[in-house]
Amino acid sequence: MANQIHSTKLQDKTERNVFLMVGILMVLLSVGGIVEIVPLFYLKDTMEHNKYPEVMWNRKEGQTLESWKAGDGIRPYTAPELMGRMVFIREGCYLCHSQMIRPFRDEKERYGHYSLASESMYDHPFQWGSKRTGPDLARVGGKYSNEWHYRHLRGPRNVVPESVMPNYPWLEKSLLDPKETVNTMKAMRMLNVPYTDADIADAPAQVKGVNELQALVDYLQVLGTMVKLDDNKAYRE
Amino acid sequence: MQASLEQKYSFEVVKWFSVMAVIYLVVGTFFGVFIASELAWPALNMDIAEITFGRLRPLHTNTVIFAFGGCALMATAFYSVQRTCGVRIWSEKLAWFTFWGWNLIILSAVITLPLGLTQGKEYAELEWPIDIAIAVVWLSYSINFIMTVHNRKSSHIYVSNWFFMAMMIMITYLHVVNSLAIPVSAFKSYSVFSGVQDAMIQWWWGHNAVGFYLTAGFLGMMYYFVPKQANRPVYSYRLSVIHFWSLTFGYVWLGAHHLQYTALPDWTGSLGAAVSLAMIIPSWGGAINGMMTLSGAWDKLRTDYVLRFLIVSLAFYAMSTFEGPVMAAKTVNALSHYTDWTIGHVHSGALGWVAMVASGALYHMIMKLWRTEMYSAKLVNLHFWLATVGAVVYVIAMWVSGIMQGLMWRDYDEFGTLTYTFAESVAAMHPYYVMRAVGGMIFWSGGATMLFNTIMTIRMANAANKSAPAA
Repeated sequence: MANQIHSTKLQDKTERNVFLMVGILMVLLSVGGIVEIVPLFYLKDTMEHNKYPEVMWNRKEGQTLESWKAGDGIRPYTAPELMGRMVFIREGCYLCHSQMIRPFRDEKERYGHYSLASESMYDHPFQWGSKRTGPDLARVGGKYSNEWHYRHLRGPRNVVPESVMPNYPWLEKSLLDPKETVNTMKAMRMLNVPYTDADIADAPAQVKGVNELQALVDYLQVLGTMVKLDDNKAYRE
Repeated sequence: MQASLEQKYSFEVVKWFSVMAVIYLVVGTFFGVFIASELAWPALNMDIAEITFGRLRPLHTNTVIFAFGGCALMATAFYSVQRTCGVRIWSEKLAWFTFWGWNLIILSAVITLPLGLTQGKEYAELEWPIDIAIAVVWLSYSINFIMTVHNRKSSHIYVSNWFFMAMMIMITYLHVVNSLAIPVSAFKSYSVFSGVQDAMIQWWWGHNAVGFYLTAGFLGMMYYFVPKQANRPVYSYRLSVIHFWSLTFGYVWLGAHHLQYTALPDWTGSLGAAVSLAMIIPSWGGAINGMMTLSGAWDKLRTDYVLRFLIVSLAFYAMSTFEGPVMAAKTVNALSHYTDWTIGHVHSGALGWVAMVASGALYHMIMKLWRTEMYSAKLVNLHFWLATVGAVVYVIAMWVSGIMQGLMWRDYDEFGTLTYTFAESVAAMHPYYVMRAVGGMIFWSGGATMLFNTIMTIRMANAANKSAPAA
């Protein structure tokens, strides 16, 4: 019985040798991931700024992040925005809010122009989300006033009675940490986010006295405002 | 004979893993019921940062997947590999290292996630020191398993072990690549990937955590426990060969279907969707192979409650692996993505398939390990019905709310403007969120019944051992 082959010779050999089976599995299991992931790092079509360089902010020598204006193009987050983004991640906002608008008529009317891959190129980690218990936030920047956001984050149902979002009263009670801000920016620079030495040197002054609520709203207010999008351009096929 | 079995095999660590799995089933689903209730009644967030939805949801997913699922996989793998290979585990010390290591990881998740220490990637939230610990403990589990298979007495490797090994290798790949991050402090790090590449890697991880951890691993469980409990051989050897290789090769490609119509290039999303459609064949191959193992012995379902868990789990498995490819189809995905339908789909798999097959396997093992019948067969039956009804109520609530959300968001009135504001769609979800919380509560009470039954069974067995003269 034990010597009888019930399938192919290769299958039989594999079933008799655990290391052969492990070896075959190691190769087989790596294929799908390699084919789908690796090209995303080198195919030029993946990022829209390769075809439309104007979506990027063309930063001149010595220009500060603060001199950037909405629509000037994609740039790294300022120190308060970056730390506001960390609050967004810490509180798990991405579990109910996506940041990825799909190219559908209803999404365009509800949220705005569809999202570009280049728009999240400095996002470590990405925050596209997978669920809309609340609305998409990819282009929430500039839609509401800062005051509206403060009120909404303190008590969402005071502004939107139907909301199921938690209140976030603790955010304004803690201030941003300058040292942590500098470390975070340095880590981002290691990951190729183009922060200059001056950006990092200025950071402690910019976050001094800023609380987490203000930082989070700074972040929300920049979302989707970086690129001036042109409806006549086909950014994606 | 039993005494010699215990000398032959190493079961103590399996016992501990089994008990922890039952405990984590109750704990993990409790968190689930709580966060489901927070969505129905937001006042439950109570303005306490540590218990808000955003911080507890990762704790729910981590405790059900890694605590309950992990302990169930480790218990069943260490049990079945010894039985199918006819040898003791390769290293008992290493198995205990796996047990304590894994449980300490879970403990650290319970502490760090409510504190908001997170990498911000779904199902991979744990921070870098814990990630390193997971890699080490996971390898200790895998190496011990593979070496035990190597030492086997039988000529061929039994099919359940193929699936366990595929899971071990794939999870190692996924965990290591997706968790690559730059630390900035003891408990904070940032993904080395960004934007579109990070998204693809995340969903390559996310869908294969489902595909290998919750599918291949639990199919391994199924291939040992269904034939054992039914006392019949696996229906078809050929089918198991074909569906094993096609499932392991194909599942890896599916992650991209989570990102259709996003800024991920169209070729990647479409490739993921195409392979997803094809995956129904290997998935149903497994479901058919499991169910047909019962052919000629269907009457056992009337009397054997444990077998009921195993067979109904396969029915749920077949149902959700049919639903998955449907949802991956682009036209359906355009509606279902971002809605509760996804949550419903995950739970038909998680409650109906994963938790049911694991419960069946755990009941089987508890009776064998403690050499006794369950304290109450009626309570096993009660658990079965609570789990089934709870899962069905949950899934139906999410189907209705998900499809309704999708339709409300895209609805236009006669003037060509959007009919509903987003807030109106949130308000419309309330009854279904209540219904979902109730379904979850019913399912949770089934788990609590199992925990009670398990404790009483072990107490009963221990008392009987004490009073019996030493054999």
